[in-house]
This record gives sequence, structure tokens and C-alpha cells, in this order.
Amino acid sequence: MSTLEQTASTGHHHGPAKGITRWLYTTNHKDIGTMYLIFSLVMFMVGGCMALTIRAELFQPGLQLIQPEFFNQMTTMHGLIMVFGAVMPAFVGLANWMVPMMVGAPDMALPRMNNWSFWILPFAFSMMLMTLFMEGGGPNFGWTFYAPLSTTYAPPSVTFFIFAVHMMGISSIMGAINIIATIFNLRAPGMTFMKMPLFVWTWLITAFLLIAVMPVLAGVVTMMLMDIHFGTSFFNAAGGGDPVLFQHVFWFFGHPEVYIMILPAFGIVSEIIPTFARKKLFGYTSMVYATSSIAILSFIVWAHHMFTVGMPLIGELFFMFTTMLIAVPTGVKVFNWIATMFRGSMTFETPMLFAVAFVVLFTIGGFSGLMLAIAPVDFQYHDTYFVVAHFHYVLVPGAIFSIMAATYYWLPKWTGNMYNESMGKLHFWLSFIGVNITFFPMHFIGLAGMPRRIPDYALQFADFNMVASVGAFLFGFAQLLFIYNIVCCARGGKKATDRVWEGSHGLEWTLPSPPPYHSFTQPPKVD
Amino acid sequence: MSSATYYVPEESRWPILASVALFLMAFGAGSLLNALSAEAGGGAGMVTLLIGALLLGLILVGWFGHVIKESQAGMYSAQMDRSFRWGMGWFIFSEVMFFAAFFGALFYVRTLAVPWLGGEGAKGAANMLWPGFEATWPLLQTPDMELFPGPQAIIDPWHVPLLNTVLLVTSSVTVTFAHKALKRDNRGAIKLWLLATILLGIVFVYFQGLEYAEAYNELGLTLQAGIYGATFFILTGFHGVHVTLGTFMLIIIWLRILKGHFDSEKHFGFEAVAWYWHFVDVVWIGLFLFVYVF
Amino acid sequence: MRCNRLALLLSGFVISPAVVAEWEVNLVRGVTEISHAIFDLHMIIFYVCVAIAVVVFGVMLWSIIYHRKSRGAKAHHFHEHLWVEILWTIIPFGILVAMAVPASQTLIQMYDKSEADINIQVTGYQWKWRYQYLGQDIDFFSNLSTPQDQINNEATKGENYLLEVDQPVVIPVGKKVRFLITANDVIHSWWVPALAVKQDAIPGFINEAWTVVDEPGIYRGQCAELCGRDHGFMPVVVDARSEEDYLQWVASQTQAQQAEKAAAEQTWTMEALISKGEEVYKTSCLACHQANGQGIPGAFPGLVNTPLMSGDGLMEHARIVVHGRTGTAMQAFGEQLSDVDLAAVITYERNAWGNDGGMITPQQIKQLKAE
Ligand code: HEA
Ligand code: HEA
Ligand code: HEC
Ligand code: CUA
Ligand SMILES: [Cu+2]
Repeated sequence: MSTLEQTASTGHHHGPAKGITRWLYTTNHKDIGTMYLIFSLVMFMVGGCMALTIRAELFQPGLQLIQPEFFNQMTTMHGLIMVFGAVMPAFVGLANWMVPMMVGAPDMALPRMNNWSFWILPFAFSMMLMTLFMEGGGPNFGWTFYAPLSTTYAPPSVTFFIFAVHMMGISSIMGAINIIATIFNLRAPGMTFMKMPLFVWTWLITAFLLIAVMPVLAGVVTMMLMDIHFGTSFFNAAGGGDPVLFQHVFWFFGHPEVYIMILPAFGIVSEIIPTFARKKLFGYTSMVYATSSIAILSFIVWAHHMFTVGMPLIGELFFMFTTMLIAVPTGVKVFNWIATMFRGSMTFETPMLFAVAFVVLFTIGGFSGLMLAIAPVDFQYHDTYFVVAHFHYVLVPGAIFSIMAATYYWLPKWTGNMYNESMGKLHFWLSFIGVNITFFPMHFIGLAGMPRRIPDYALQFADFNMVASVGAFLFGFAQLLFIYNIVCCARGGKKATDRVWEGSHGLEWTLPSPPPYHSFTQPPKVD
Repeated sequence: MSSATYYVPEESRWPILASVALFLMAFGAGSLLNALSAEAGGGAGMVTLLIGALLLGLILVGWFGHVIKESQAGMYSAQMDRSFRWGMGWFIFSEVMFFAAFFGALFYVRTLAVPWLGGEGAKGAANMLWPGFEATWPLLQTPDMELFPGPQAIIDPWHVPLLNTVLLVTSSVTVTFAHKALKRDNRGAIKLWLLATILLGIVFVYFQGLEYAEAYNELGLTLQAGIYGATFFILTGFHGVHVTLGTFMLIIIWLRILKGHFDSEKHFGFEAVAWYWHFVDVVWIGLFLFVYVF
Repeated sequence: MRCNRLALLLSGFVISPAVVAEWEVNLVRGVTEISHAIFDLHMIIFYVCVAIAVVVFGVMLWSIIYHRKSRGAKAHHFHEHLWVEILWTIIPFGILVAMAVPASQTLIQMYDKSEADINIQVTGYQWKWRYQYLGQDIDFFSNLSTPQDQINNEATKGENYLLEVDQPVVIPVGKKVRFLITANDVIHSWWVPALAVKQDAIPGFINEAWTVVDEPGIYRGQCAELCGRDHGFMPVVVDARSEEDYLQWVASQTQAQQAEKAAAEQTWTMEALISKGEEVYKTSCLACHQANGQGIPGAFPGLVNTPLMSGDGLMEHARIVVHGRTGTAMQAFGEQLSDVDLAAVITYERNAWGNDGGMITPQQIKQLKAE
């Protein structure tokens, strides 16, 4: 083949370039990972401020702060930004940082494309946010944008929303392809599939889900675009189409999407718990199989979001059974984590606190999910705050807590400095309390009959709404500690060792903290 | 895995430029469509879209040119080659899923929505709202003929579409011959077989264009013709776009062959395009069966 | 009062459900057989989940307390156990099967398609419900009746704030009532918790739902699918009456329809039309075109000082209101409002906010409808 010298850094710089071009032109997985993480944090703040706007309006019955049309825009944008702007990029950022280090690679498999995946995002989200200032206002039809509210009855800005979704889709697909190629192809010698860290495994499966469903999302928004501008009738019965067709296609994407937001979290927790329990993960093999089963099942449960659209009985039954089935592999995971803690030697540093809270609160969210899965009862729950409570339990103390746990866990590795542990713990406790005050009462108002996506409500829901709003502000302000802690840690502090944690295992801990610019220039041997 | 053979490319300005171009295209297209729908002219949007598209085109030429240069300089190891293969493979899978969304829509309306509207099946009560509507497929009579006047007739599968099927299947064969020839390093044969593939692709697109003209001008089969027209055009339309793109890619590969690129060992670029071409072919078979024949 | 509840909430979530029910933190039990079945299912799953939670979190808490390093715990080195793993796959599966059985039974019961005694077509409009009693001459719209100033916090909120309408749908108790649910514009969802009926209203399609109410009473619910701006302001009120009262109501409805016809024949003055029109405008048009007639730029056009409002625009104006503009949020109000109301609201618009565009009579509207 070629006679050139063949090491990772052939003929190239060994460190980052200076100035802004470092970030604009970079092909380095760590730089790109950092950019993803910062982007995600910014989006979390933006989406969070929208959530606080919602909560402020709902503090009391009556319309006080904002008008209904703006409220709907806030709800929509909050959902979209948190899902596509905060959680997904955060996981991609973590994958960028950690996957190459965990499999013993110098970088991602396709570094230039990696940079492109990232840089599409800021443009996509600028366009999405711009819609708020356009004539007629921004998207106001919920993050699920059901037709025909999002087609015939939508403000003109929906066209830009559609293109923004296309761009996000391109970005996600390329990011996922990159991760798969890295995992398949750049593993260090000796690292067989069944030796890969679980974070790598869960991301591999997540990447597969992404590639399978993001194009379906692209397809459904394309059909919307055609209905809006080219006179087609996909979602219009007058031409033989069906508004419910939209929902089927959307949820075929949408349900796997929610597992895209939780599988990497499972991976993170499966890394952290063994470290702080000082004990090997219980049931590694069953974890892998459980994750795969969840992913496969996720393709045949989508219509549990549509129990009330008037599906034929047989459809309702099918989707109820498949949905319930998902509790089995998820349960296996929960039991494995607990068995890992059982008879361990545990300490509770901030990452562990977040991981333990994850297990408890995610399981609570899972239980309410299971209740929603019971189709006849979902007729009462559907589109109420009970659903809102469910998905915030799996998303906020689920996905978001896992991201925070990961940040604390790997921050010393990334920066070479320890973060401030007491501030971390304070952040945890405020978040833990805040999250529960915010979202637990939503179960009650949901059961009592408060529909979601309403700017004003009947008087019997007033008390718990007030409680939830107070909690939301507590939780929101607690995040300032998080940001402060990260910034301080990035700028200096106690030096971290290579191992960082007493109980940590894996290739990433064999590198210095902070790791060299190109992680493994020589593939390490794994036995 | 192979020993320490990994090439991390230098910093590159292509990605950020490509993002800007993509943004301009999306923004321009959005403004243009909105202006057209509001009947307000769309000059600015059109200009932005064109600038974005032009930019993206130039960037892709530059970016791929760069990659080709690196490849020719022998900087890519066998491992890198495998990464590219995984990348292309999964990209094609994503395209399959894109088409799956439209096929899914087609099956759903055919087997569920339209019969319901016509009064059949579990939700036949819907027919109350559309008195006189009868479910048929192809759907010549839409529920509301004023809003969505159905087509007078549909394309006969056994003329142009059959011919197109033959063309595409043949082109899949010719591209395989080209691949075989490449493996034998028979450069004369590669050029010929590739050229044949390209010509078949172009003829296919041409016939598809004729068919569209017939649909619009003679059959009343349009995008506005109700769900039959909608599914017909979205499926064949996106397929046509893919054929066009594939033809472009084939042309580039052909030019590279003319310049002496690729050898019997290393020809990922060639194979990627060949895979893509086969994928486009397989989608067509699906289209031919489910859009035209059944 | 408020403090009490707060304390209750914060004192932990282990409150017995009996107490909880009083504080409206649980599902309503409802007044139909189905709603009871659903409520029972709900409680069963809830208890199952609580039981599993106690076990799972119990073990976890035990480990957290006793297996911590600070207590000198040493890590054991097991990390697999085939039987345990098989067990904790099979047991949850068994629990799920046990839950699926009653759930399926209830679902099948809900899908009971047998003939009903009364059929009501329910149509969702942005943002009101229309009720048509099939086979009877009853057809009306049901609008939110909470005054705007309560919503804007300018007046104290009434007991049924946001859950009250000008005309509830009336049904008899003890009879099977079938609802044929559809929509005119976007998707809505017709929901009354006490009846455990929630069914999406899909434009162009019809969904069926049914109920047999046991006790007379007024049952309130809301639209449960985001349907645009005033999604939060389109309540559903069901008035379940004894058979007798129901028949009486049916008779009075038929009379009311006749009175309306008579009013349309009568001659109206411009002043009378304007003052009536103002009321109609508030209930039917204000949501979009706003109190000042300026609309919302980009979404809803203003009606002030436009060519349409000048003398020549009269018939075109009336045509838009009566027939609507297809494909936009501007519905055909011809089918929603009586001829008098239409004439009134059009005349009102033409003379409000400084407009000076003349008047139109109910008779003219009648002609226009016939066109
Ligand atoms: C991270 C995201 C995430 C995750 C992981 C889940 C997990 C689950 N979800 Fe959730 N869901 C959402 C995000 C998520 N969901 C969102 C965003 C929505 C709303 C979308 C919208 O409309 O806007 C939604 C809505 C939603 C609905 C629709 C409700 C409605 O609109 O009416 C349903 C219905 O079935 C459902 C079910 C489930 C189930 C069964 C699980 C299961 O995976 C849970 C499994 C876990 C457990 C069960 C706990 C642990 C298990 C054990 C301890 C074992 C033993 C247990 C038993 C045998 C009971 N979800
Ligand atoms: C991962 C996803 C995610 C996350 C993290 C959140 C986080 C939060 N969400 Fe969520 N939410 C969704 C996903 C998410 N949400 C989705 C998908 C919907 C459905 C949308 C739809 O119906 O279409 C929804 C809907 C939704 C509703 C229902 C709206 C409605 O039906 O009308 C509410 C209401 O309370 C709510 C509240 C909150 C709150 C208080 C938080 C908090 O956790 C947020 C806390 C974060 C911050 C506050 C920002 C960071 C903090 C700082 C920068 C500190 C300083 C700043 C200030 C204090 C101002 N959300
Ligand atoms: C659901 C929202 C909505 C309601 C309620 C509504 N309108 Fe409209 N109206 C619209 C929209 C949207 C348009 C613009 C339609 C278009 O794009 O041509 C419109 C247009 C009009 C116009 C034409 C304005 C012009 O200059 O073109 C008139 C007149 C009008 N409405 C009167 C009424 C009256 C009278 C009522 C009440 C009886 C009413 N509208 C209720 C949404 C509404
Ligand atoms: Cu009608 Cu919500
Ligand atoms: Cu789901």
C-alpha cells in the first residue's frame, strides 16, 4: 500500500490550533465533543427559560403574563429545544469525547464529517428560534406538530421549522454513522464486542435507532411541506388522505426517539454505578441483550401515543401488549444496577448521587409509563398532566440527571482538574428536591383532569400548579451552581489523577488527565 | 485490528462552509416557498437559495476533490477504507428508511384510510361525511372532487414504466460488469460499461420526465389530484431525484476512471457509487410493483 | 387551606388513597360502568407498581445504608447469576400478563358496537362544540360562557371557571348514547372524565364512543387535543337528566328552533342589529379578530377600515362570513349562526371601530345562504 509513515499524527500538528479557527475548522473529537456539550448547555438554558415562562403563567389561574398563542409557542419550542437541542446533542457530545477513548482509538472514524455534524446544529437552531420573530409567530402546534394544525392552520413560519428539522436530521444521521463506524472499525486489538464498555454498547444501539428513524421524521415533515405548499392531500380526508397518517409516521419516529434519549443514559449509569460501588457491573451480558430488546421493541409500540385516535380494537390490543413488554428488559436493567450496588463498597460522590437518583426517579417514570400503556386507562390519562409528569420523570431526572452525572464523572478527566465536590453535592440536592416538587404534583393534577398544553385552568388545579411552579424555579436556579462549578473546574483547581476515581476501570482512565490531543496514537492492547 | 495505522485529517474549513451553505439553502427555500404561496414574488428567497446551492456545489467539489487527492496520495489505510464502507452502508440504510416512510404512507391510505372513507371496515362511519364516495384504488374519484379533482386515468404500467424497469435493471447489470472489469484491471471495459450505465440512467430520467408531462397534460394526474397523485409523485419524484444524483456520481466516477484513478485493490469510491446505484434500482422495483402495477 | 394541602404533599407521598381522593389527586371514579372499570384498573396497576417499588427501592435502600464504604463494607465479587436473572425476567412478565387480562376485557367492553338509543354527532370547531341529534331537529353550538374579564383577572372567577358553556349537551340517564365524533377544522378531543369518554375528533373521519350514565348530574370536561390558540377554552358540559326531563328538553328545543325562524321574518332596525351583533361578535369572532377588530397581524386579518367594510364590500363581506374561506381558519358561519345573528354580527362589524358600511337584513342573509 502506501509507504508513508503511518501513525495517527502523521505530518500534522500535535496540539490544537489557536484562536477561533480551532473551533471552526477542527477535526478533533474532543474539541467537537466540547462544542456539542456547550451547545447543549446553552440550549438547555434557552429551553429551560421557556419552561419557566410556562410555569410562571401557570402559577395561578387566569391569563396574567402571556397570551395563549405565545403560550403555545413556548410549549412547542420548549419541547423541541429540550429534545433536539439539549438532550440529543449532549449525548452526542459525550459520545464524541468518550467513545474513541473507551475503545482505544485516536479519534472518530470520520473526523471532518464529525465537524460538519456539529456545525449544522447552531444554524438549524438559529433558524428554528428565528421563527419566533416572524409574522404570525413561531410553531404553535406542540412538539408533536399534528396535522392539520401544523399544515393548513399553521403560521407561515412552519416552512422554516420544517427546514430546520431537515437540517437537524442530517446532523443526527451523520453523527450516528460516525459513531457506528468508530465502534465497528476503530476498536483496539482485543476489544471484542462483548468487552466493550456499556456506554459504547448503548450508543451503538442508539446510533442504529437514529439512522433508522431520523429519515422517517424527514419523510413526515416533507409530506407536511408538500401539503402546505404543493397542494397534496396526505393529511386531508377531502383528497383521500388522513390526519392520523401523520401521527402514525410521526410516532414511528417519535417512540424510538424517546429511547434515543434514554439508552445512552443507561450506558452512563452502567459506567458510574460499578465505579462507586467498587464492584463489577452485575449482568453485563443481560444488559446488552436488554438494551437490544428495548431498541427492537421500540419499533412496534408507536401507537401507544394514539390510543384515543380511534384505532380499531385489534390495533389497540397489539400496541398495548407490545408496550407493556418493554417493562421486562427495562426491569432487567434496573435490577442489574441494584444488584451491582448490593454488597458493594459504596461511596457517594456527586456522579454517584445523580446515578442513584436516576435509578429511583427513572423507575418512577417507568411505572407511570406502564400505567399509560394500559390502553383503557390511557383514555383517562391521555393528554393530561399525568403524561407530562411521566415524561418529565424519564427525561429530567432521567436523561438530564444522567448527563449531569456524566459531566461530573468525566469532568476531571476532560479538564485535568477536580470540580468542587461540596458545590456538586449542593447542586444535586437542590436539583433532586426541585425536580420532585416540580413534577410530582403533576401526577395529581393530571389524574384530577387537567389537560396539557393549556395556558389557563380550572380552579381545582390551582394549588398543585403553584407548587409545581415554585419547584421549577428552584430547580432552574439550582442549575446556576452547575454552570458555575463547570466553569471553575475548566479554569483550574485541584489536579486530578489519571484514574480519578478509586474504583474506575476502562481504557479512558489509562490516559493522562487531561488526555492528549489525539487520544491513542498507538492502539492499546486489551486482554 | 491492523497495527497503528490511522489517519486523522488536518483541520478543514469545508464543514463550516458547508453548514453556512446549507443554512442559506434552507432559509432561501423557506422564503421562496412562503412568498410563492402568498403570491408575493420570491426574488430574495430565490437568490438566497441559488447562492446556497451554488456554494454547496462548490464546496462538495472542493471537499471531495480534497479527499480524492488524499486517497491518491495513499494516505488512507485499509482501516480507513473500512470506515468509509461502514459510512456509506449506513447512509444507504438511512435512505431506505426515508423511502420506507413514503411506502408506509402509501400502504396505510390504500388499505385503511381510503376504505374507511368509502364506508368499509372498522371505521366505515366516516362515509357519513362523504356521501356518495366510493373507495377504489387507484383513487380516481376523491371524497371532495372540488378541492382535489381526481385524475381521469393513471399511467399504464406496461408501457413506459415497464421500459424504465428494464432500463434500470440492465443498468444494475452493467455497473456490476464494470465492477468485475475493475477487479480484473481491464480499464477499457470499465469505461464502456460505466458509460453504458450512465446512458441508461439518463434515458431513464428522460422517460420519467415524459411520463410526468403526460400525467400532467393528459391524465389530470397531478400533485393536487388527491392521495393517489400525492403518493405517486412523492415516491416517483424522490426516486427520480436519487437517480439523477446517482447518475451524477457515476459520471464523476467515470471521469476519475478516465484519469486513471482506482485499481483492482482500492476502489472504495467506485463501490460506494455502485451500491448506491443498486439501492436506487431496488427502490424502483418496489415502486414499479406497488405504485404502478398493484 | 392551601397550607394544609402543601403540608400534606410535602409530608411525603405515602398518603393513603382514601385521604388522597378527597384532595382531588386521583382519577374520578365517574358515573358509568366503564368509568368504574377503568378506575379499578387504574388502582390495581397503581398498587402493583407501588408494591414493586417497595421491593426494588427497599433492596436499594438497604444497600445504600449497609453496603457503604464508610461503614467498612468490602465489595463482594459476584457479577452474574443465571437463575436470579431468569427469575427477574419471568416474574415481571407474569405480572404483566396478569395485568393485560383485565385491561383487555375492559377495552373490549369499551369497543362494544351494539345499537344505541340516541345518536349524537359531535363536531369540534375551533373552539367550540357542535351537537346534532341524529333523527331529531336539534342542532346547536356550545361555546365557553366564562366572561373574558374573569380570564383576564378583572373579575373574581366563578365556581366553574372555564368549565361552563352557554348550552350543554343534554342526554338521558340509563340509555345508551352514541357519540359520532368528528371535527370541522383541526383535531380536537371530546373528553368527559366522569364518563371516561375521551375520543379524538378527526376532520373528515368519524370516531364512535358511547356511554350509559347512571346518575343525573352535570359532568364537565375539556377539549383534550391541542387545537390552536383557544384549546384551553373549549369545555365540554354534559347535562344528564332523567328520561322525563330529557323529553321535555327535546320538546323545548324544537320550539326554540321555531322561534328563531319567526325572528328571521321580522324587520330589524340597524340599532337592534348592532347591539345584538356585539354579543355575537364576542362569542364567535372576538377570539380571532380581537375586541378592537384589529385581528392579529399574520394570522387573522383586521376588519377596520378595509375596502370590505366600505359600502361596496357589503355582499362580499356577508359572503365571507356565511361561506367562510376554505382552507383557512375563517369558517363558514352560515351553518353555525342563525340568519338574525349573521345579519347582526355583519352589521355590527360594519359600524364598529369607526367603520361606516351600512347594514344587512336577515332576509338578505337567507337569500345569500340559498345561493
Ligand atoms: C426518555 C424518554 C422516555 C422513556 C424512557 C419512556 C418510557 C416509557 N413510556 Fe413514555 N413518553 C415519553 C418519554 C419516555 N417514555 C414522552 C416524551 C412522552 C410524551 C410524548 C408527547 O405526547 O408529547 C411519553 C408518553 C408515553 C405514552 C403515551 C401517553 C399518552 O399520550 O397518552 C405511553 C403509553 O403507553 C408511554 C409509555 C411508556 C412505557 C411503557 C415506557 C417504558 O419504557 C418504561 C419501562 C420502565 C419501567 C416499567 C420501570 C422499571 C421496571 C421495573 C422495576 C420492572 C418491573 C416492573 C413491572 C413489571 C411493572 N409513554
Ligand atoms: C428533555 C426534555 C425536557 C426537559 C429537560 C424539560 C424540562 C422542564 N420542563 Fe418540559 N417538556 C418537554 C421536555 C422537557 N422538559 C416536552 C417534550 C414537553 C411537551 C411539549 C409539548 O406539549 O409539545 C414539555 C412540556 C412541559 C410542560 C407542559 C406545557 C404544556 O403542556 O403546556 C411543562 C409545564 O410545566 C414543562 C415544564 C418543564 C420544567 C419546569 C422543566 C425544567 O426541568 C427546566 C429547568 C431548566 C432551566 C430553568 C434552565 C437552566 C437554568 C439556568 C440557566 C439557571 C438560570 C435561569 C433561570 C432561573 C431563569 N415542560
Ligand atoms: C378561528 C378564527 C376565526 C374566527 C372565530 C373568525 N374568523 Fe374571520 N377570519 C379568520 C381568518 C384566518 C381570516 C382570513 C382568511 C384568509 O386568509 O383569507 C378571516 C377573514 C375574515 C373576513 C375577511 C377579512 C378580509 O379583509 O379579507 C371577515 C369579514 C371575517 N373574517 C369576519 C368574521 C366574523 C364576522 C366572524 C364571527 C362570526 C369571524 N370572522 C370569526 C379567522 C377567524
Ligand atoms: Cu379543541 Cu383543543
Ligand atoms: Cu412512546
